[in-house]
Amino acid sequence: MPTRRRAALVLSALALLGGGSFVVALAVGSFSVPLADVVGALVGEPVEHAAIVRDLRLPRALAGFACGGLLALAGALMQVLLRNPLADPYVLGISGGAGVGAMLAILLGLATAGINGFAFLGALGAMLIVFGLAHGDGAWTQTRLLLTGVIVAAGCGALVALMLSIAPEHKLRGMLFWLMGDLSQTGAPWIALAILAAALAAALPFARELNLLARGQDTAQALGVDVKRLRYAVYAIASLVTAVAVTSAGSIGFVGLVVPHLVRLAIGNDQRLLLPASVLAGGALLTFADTLARTVVAPQQLPVGVLTALIGVPVFLFLLARHRQ
Amino acid sequence: MSAQPLPLIEARGLAVSVGGHTVCRDLDFSLAAGERLAILGRNGAGKSTLLSVLAGLRPADAGEVGLGGETYAALGPRAAAKRRGWLPQRHSDAFASTVLETALTGRHPHLGRWDWETKRDAEIARGAIAAVGLAGMEARDVQTLSGGERQRLAIATLLTQAAPLYLLDEPLAHLDLNHQIAVLDLFAGAARDCHAGLVMVLHEPGLADRYCDRALLVHGDGRCELGACRELLTADRLGELYGHPLRQVESDGRRWFIPA
Repeated sequence: MPTRRRAALVLSALALLGGGSFVVALAVGSFSVPLADVVGALVGEPVEHAAIVRDLRLPRALAGFACGGLLALAGALMQVLLRNPLADPYVLGISGGAGVGAMLAILLGLATAGINGFAFLGALGAMLIVFGLAHGDGAWTQTRLLLTGVIVAAGCGALVALMLSIAPEHKLRGMLFWLMGDLSQTGAPWIALAILAAALAAALPFARELNLLARGQDTAQALGVDVKRLRYAVYAIASLVTAVAVTSAGSIGFVGLVVPHLVRLAIGNDQRLLLPASVLAGGALLTFADTLARTVVAPQQLPVGVLTALIGVPVFLFLLARHRQ
Repeated sequence: MSAQPLPLIEARGLAVSVGGHTVCRDLDFSLAAGERLAILGRNGAGKSTLLSVLAGLRPADAGEVGLGGETYAALGPRAAAKRRGWLPQRHSDAFASTVLETALTGRHPHLGRWDWETKRDAEIARGAIAAVGLAGMEARDVQTLSGGERQRLAIATLLTQAAPLYLLDEPLAHLDLNHQIAVLDLFAGAARDCHAGLVMVLHEPGLADRYCDRALLVHGDGRCELGACRELLTADRLGELYGHPLRQVESDGRRWFIPA
């Protein structure tokens, strides 16, 4: 039976994990910084490597945490909205739209701000197209939404492939890194963190209604949920959250799919606990993965999306095999 | 002070259609506390569609449905959920969940936005689970239940919701004979002792005759007949309703209808 006390325990444990991921992210790298110096740098003491910790590693760790949290939150919401445990934040074509925008910006030779702006506009465009097409005559079934999203995503994939094939050689690497998901180019992590906090705060009051929505629209409506309004709100929040994550770090795979799934297996499907727990677990996972990505073949950096996919694929297959039994 | 108590549910001039065929036009009826109504008709006649219109889950083509004198639009979904419970015909569980958690969802309309279920809510849910014979299975995953067990859990959830009006879409689906009678006895008891109202879609006219006061025959071509079971349920009329000749047999003072 779900209780507040259990929720507090689980969330405290995950918050510790998140804190741990920060400590590792700040201490580990091409320069190893001792723990005491990490703490010193954070509180503003003039210790050795303070600049590395404060100006390089901290913003990147924050961006990683924010993106991981955003993706996990979006994934958990999409899974409820589509009543499909295999849905992820990208299934409705939002990352595809962002990809088209970002590729176009890189082709045009825009700077980071331009790429981010175009990516966000692309994500919004895809979101509106999918919503408009799926909503159409008002019949808003999960299958129709899912199919529309998958088709729009496929269309975006084709456009991305087209741009990649006509792109000049020297721009290809940047384009590929963006597509695979990369945290080295993220600016302003505080914005993403603030949006993460706002989205979680907006979703939590409806968490018990989401529990009912996961059991079916009519069932939820009969038990007192304003299903139509709730679905609009969930679609809007999940899409915007995905757009922000993709805009700041490209399409990092599998976090949005696997994290809510793992958390659900561990603690059950009560959204009051699942949503905040997914945010913390997703944030911690991506921060760890990014630390690995920049240390495993240092000084060279891997795109973090490659690592999350490498971790995510076997975990997901394992879950799928278990699911079938 | 002698105002007539408002009916639990009332339909006025109700017109319903589904997939281009008319289920009913200009249907009027009302159900008072303690009354039991059976909806009978062939497959595809639109019984479930009519019931979901009565439950406020889909719009009517014309006319109004009122719960205690107020329309669904005026009540809002939450207040409506305290006045009527609806048992769906099919149950699909996309995610794992325990039996107890599932039954507890019935408490949703009674809880505030930030409330968590209390011990009292859990007691109500456990009582309902026991009432449908699932005691001891509280921790089972719903995805592992058999069809009949899942159906009884849905009924337990409905009891947990504790609304004074039950709208039941095939409450006997998947149930074996002993559970069919147990479930009907349970709801008949709620009608008798707690003055609950019952509207249920049934496939067995004999059970309708035994457990309901009135019947609504949905012919599927827009014609609906409403009347007391005793008078309305005859072999001739039911034979026409189902498109197959029926014969009435009597046993222990109860009437049953068997295919000729």
